[in-house]
Amino acid sequence: MSATAISAPQGIPFIDVRRTFEAPRDLVFRAFTEPDLLIQWLGPGKYEMVIDTYDVRAGGSWRYVHRSADGAEYGFHGVFHGEPSPDGFVQTFEFEGAPGHVALDRLELTELDGLTTVHTHSVYQSVEARDAMIENGMADGMNQGFDRLDLLLNRLVPVA
Amino acid sequence: MQAAQLDAVFGALSDPTRRAILARLTTGDHTVAELAAPFTMSQPAVSRHLKVLESAGLISRTRRATARLSHLEAAPLRDATEWLARYQAWWDESHGRLDALLARLVADPSASVDSPGPQPTD
Repeated sequence: MSATAISAPQGIPFIDVRRTFEAPRDLVFRAFTEPDLLIQWLGPGKYEMVIDTYDVRAGGSWRYVHRSADGAEYGFHGVFHGEPSPDGFVQTFEFEGAPGHVALDRLELTELDGLTTVHTHSVYQSVEARDAMIENGMADGMNQGFDRLDLLLNRLVPVA
Repeated sequence: MQAAQLDAVFGALSDPTRRAILARLTTGDHTVAELAAPFTMSQPAVSRHLKVLESAGLISRTRRATARLSHLEAAPLRDATEWLARYQAWWDESHGRLDALLARLVADPSASVDSPGPQPTD
């Protein structure tokens, strides 16, 4: 169990997500590419994930939908570029709520001492599209009482 | 929060001196002289940093007698962190479930579909 590190640098349309898992790389790759496994973890648990197609090969397409309890659907689709392997893969990523705003994702899986780190580097067409994705695309209306201000301020305190 | 203001907030936070000034202001309002004291830089240099923080809405400045006091404004910082926090929560939840799935797979690689994670019943 480790923390998910996300960075969205100012002025550059990138999102980088890094996470380390306590499992060998082959298993992590399976969890990212086998539909039966993917639906068990991707997205908020309160959404039902339905996979239309997941054709994991060069030129293969993928599409899935997150469906909320009240029937709202959020669809995503894209295409795999290059042959996916446990080293990683490249795919396009398009949220169907914002057609035409296609992002390019590169996933890299590296294993060290039995731990596997997944680094997703996403390139959007503009900073505005990147920011909209962060603000709206993944927003699921959760209003948890985040009080991250204290955490942020703690991090701001200079090391004496 | 508007994109332009987010840019201003993140831009202001990108400098270690300005982060140190903000951290200092969490303990209360301070004058420029007080804020400059820990740094090997002039008061005008610190004033320039304060101007950046003020433009980003991260601090406000008031006058008390002859001294200008700087005051931490928490709301833009909270907005800036919440902006990423929702996206962060999305991935935190997904990755937490992936941790559990991988633990089951490590124990028994063939048990993949026998014990699906929690699904909503609608």
